Amino acid sequence: MEACNCIEPQWPADELLMKYQYISDFFIALAYFSIPLELIYFVKKSAVFPYRWVLVQFGAFIVLCGATHLINLWTFTMHSRTVAVVMTTAKIMTAVVSCATALMLVHIIPDLLSVKTRELFLKNKAAALDREMGLIRTQEETGRHVRMLTHEIRSTLDRHTILKTTLVELGRTLSLEECALWMPTRTGLELQLSYTLHHQNPVGFTVPINLPMINQVFSTNRAVKISPSSPVARLRPSGKYMPGEVVAVRVPLLHLSNFQINAWPELSTKRYALMVLMLPSDSARQWHVHELELVEVVADQVAVALSHAAILEESMRARDLLMQQNVALDLARREAETAVRARNDFLAVMNHEMRTPMHAIIALSSLLQETELTPEQRLMVETILKSSNLLAALINDVLDLSKLEDGSLQLDMGPFNLHALLTEALNLIKPIACVKKLSITLSLSSDLPEYAIGDEKRLMQVLLNVVGNAVKFSKEGSISISAFVAKSEYLRDPQAPDFFPVPSDNHFYLRVQVKDTGLGINPQDIPKLFTKFAQNQPLATKNSSGSGLGLAICKRFVNLMEGQIWIESEGLGKGTTAIFIVKLGFPGHSNDSRLPFVPRVPGNHILTNFSGLKVVVMDDNSVGLMVTKGLLMHLGCDVLAVGSADECVRVVTPEHKVVFLDTSMPGSDTYKVAVRLHEKFSKRLDRPFIVALTGNTDRMVKENCSRVGMDGVVLKPISVDKMRSVLSELIEHGFLVE
Amino acid sequence: MEVNQMQRSFLEYTAALFREGFLDSQFSQLHQLQDESNPEFVVEVVSLFFEDSERLINDLSSALDQPNVDFKKIDAHVHQLKGSSSSIGAQRVKDSCISFRNSCEAQNTEGCLKCLQQVKQEYLLIKNKLEALFQLEKRIVAAGGSINMVEWIN
Repeated sequence: MEACNCIEPQWPADELLMKYQYISDFFIALAYFSIPLELIYFVKKSAVFPYRWVLVQFGAFIVLCGATHLINLWTFTMHSRTVAVVMTTAKIMTAVVSCATALMLVHIIPDLLSVKTRELFLKNKAAALDREMGLIRTQEETGRHVRMLTHEIRSTLDRHTILKTTLVELGRTLSLEECALWMPTRTGLELQLSYTLHHQNPVGFTVPINLPMINQVFSTNRAVKISPSSPVARLRPSGKYMPGEVVAVRVPLLHLSNFQINAWPELSTKRYALMVLMLPSDSARQWHVHELELVEVVADQVAVALSHAAILEESMRARDLLMQQNVALDLARREAETAVRARNDFLAVMNHEMRTPMHAIIALSSLLQETELTPEQRLMVETILKSSNLLAALINDVLDLSKLEDGSLQLDMGPFNLHALLTEALNLIKPIACVKKLSITLSLSSDLPEYAIGDEKRLMQVLLNVVGNAVKFSKEGSISISAFVAKSEYLRDPQAPDFFPVPSDNHFYLRVQVKDTGLGINPQDIPKLFTKFAQNQPLATKNSSGSGLGLAICKRFVNLMEGQIWIESEGLGKGTTAIFIVKLGFPGHSNDSRLPFVPRVPGNHILTNFSGLKVVVMDDNSVGLMVTKGLLMHLGCDVLAVGSADECVRVVTPEHKVVFLDTSMPGSDTYKVAVRLHEKFSKRLDRPFIVALTGNTDRMVKENCSRVGMDGVVLKPISVDKMRSVLSELIEHGFLVE
Repeated sequence: MEVNQMQRSFLEYTAALFREGFLDSQFSQLHQLQDESNPEFVVEVVSLFFEDSERLINDLSSALDQPNVDFKKIDAHVHQLKGSSSSIGAQRVKDSCISFRNSCEAQNTEGCLKCLQQVKQEYLLIKNKLEALFQLEKRIVAAGGSINMVEWIN
């Protein structure tokens, strides 16, 4: 046996020590074995643990250490070689594992540490976010305050309430110490303290508007921090330690005129008020950005609210004004109506009352004139008659003019023969002209329509007046009347440069010029001619009658006819030219499709012998045909009688002067014949007159006849006389009277 | 018979015709158209009227006998008859034509037949009377008298 190097422990000597070592080793092993168990248990529990592999290693290390210590227990006493071997193996393994673990930890511990740092970082971040949350919540609350504020401000349209509410609410929201509003004075050169939060009635502090600080605030729409010592901020008695920060913002004052349709108001007037806000002194509060924004928003809202209030005030005032004006106008109108009615009543009565005695005087004087009188008596009676005629004329003129003046006169429009009117006027004046040895001529232009639509009677009146004046004021020489259609170049009355006659399809302008070689008129007197009652003559002629109203009345009539009248003269002794232009309608353009008719022109004589007049008669009724043929033959015509439409169209030649068509033919044959005849004879001169014979002259028939271009309609039964006058009219005038 | 007496009875007869409405003023107009150039005008016209009317009345009878009555054609015929009768002044015939036309418009066959009867009757009446008148006239002229046609009592 080899010498064993084991030292045999001496139990009794270090027994206590051994015992303690034994126990310690035991506990160490126990602990060492339990630690991995705990680790496993807790790791299993936790979901997040990225270092499993490390754990395994660590676990192994611990287990082995534990094993080592455990095995150590057996080495205190005598132990066999197996134990030693096991012990050695365990120690070796432990050594390996622990070295590996040590190496591993070098990698791991920095990571673990960084985890820790990250954790710290996240915690800080969370704290910061919390703070921000707090801030946002504050902002949101301020936003809510703004909305509420705006609502308060906008819920009233009264200026003072708006401003007061603004200050109060701002003060409350931002917990301000003082809040003040400075408004520009009327002159615009100063700012006056108008409203404050805590003073009820601020005494009028004023501050000149041109301070640099104020300009600075006015130049931007942001809230500007100003120094608490500036004049606008010195509102509270100082004496506190540290006045709070002060902010000023401009409030634009908009006017009604700033608002244009579709455009945002421009701040061109640059009238601002100044709002000053002071934080409580002695607090460490500072103006936060969001608070400044709040202030700016409020300032804008206030501006808008104020302008709305102003607009509303304005419109209400305007409405009241309008209502007043309406009432006044209504009253005026009613008064005017009453006046007119009173005047008309008066006129009506006076008309009658004045004319009755006049008539009596004139009638009786004329009767007296017829009786036997001495020359003196005759002279007297003549004078009486002349004077009363004058007076009667005067009364008529005055009454007429008054009716004209108030615009109640209306024209009597109707168709008339223009040529005939002019001729008749000429004929009426001719006798007088002849007596005065004046030659009088009438010339009608070729493009002057024969018929026109207008007020015949009044046109005649104007014409007679003008021509009458010409005759009246000419002692010798000639008078020429010319009538033509006015073209635009012609117009110009120098006194009415705005008058542009524009002819159209429905109407034309008639221009009549009456030129005389009489006394002439001083050009300076011309404007006075048309004024009422102004007579022109210092040298009155013998027969100057008339009240001077004639031309005024003419002017009125001419104006009613949408025309102009004026007089030109080169001077005294150089004659006068009177010119008037009136608007007349073209006949046949109205809806009334009556066939044009001829008024009673004096001197209308009926031809009695139509011998040789070639005519055609068409009727499908043989009896009727025979009768009509006999009738026409009795009057001397050369009659061709046909019984059908085709035959009729075939036999008509330019030699035939009249074609009579009986309309009782079936269908519209008669009308077709008329159309075909028009086609056959396109030239007016070749075509015979086409006359319809009908038993029924209602409107339809007449319209149809005129539509197909017939020249007349005659009602059956026809007497000899009737046929005679029909033929006569056709030959003379080319048209038929109904 | 004496010419004067004949003339007197002629005038009375004519006056009676006017009075009773058989003739109207158109008949007098016809007489005005009769002159030297046209001496037989009235007789010619009246004869033409008789021919025309008889033809028309026959046409009307046959038209109304048809199973399917053609009211338009009937209306056309009546219109013709009305025209002719008014041209010579046969007033009662004209009036009966007017009521005939109304029945036509109403498309009333019964009414039309009745009206046709009426028209026929009136026509025959006027025909007889006018023929009598002309006979009288011929005899007056043959006896050497003349008829003063200008004034009729209407």
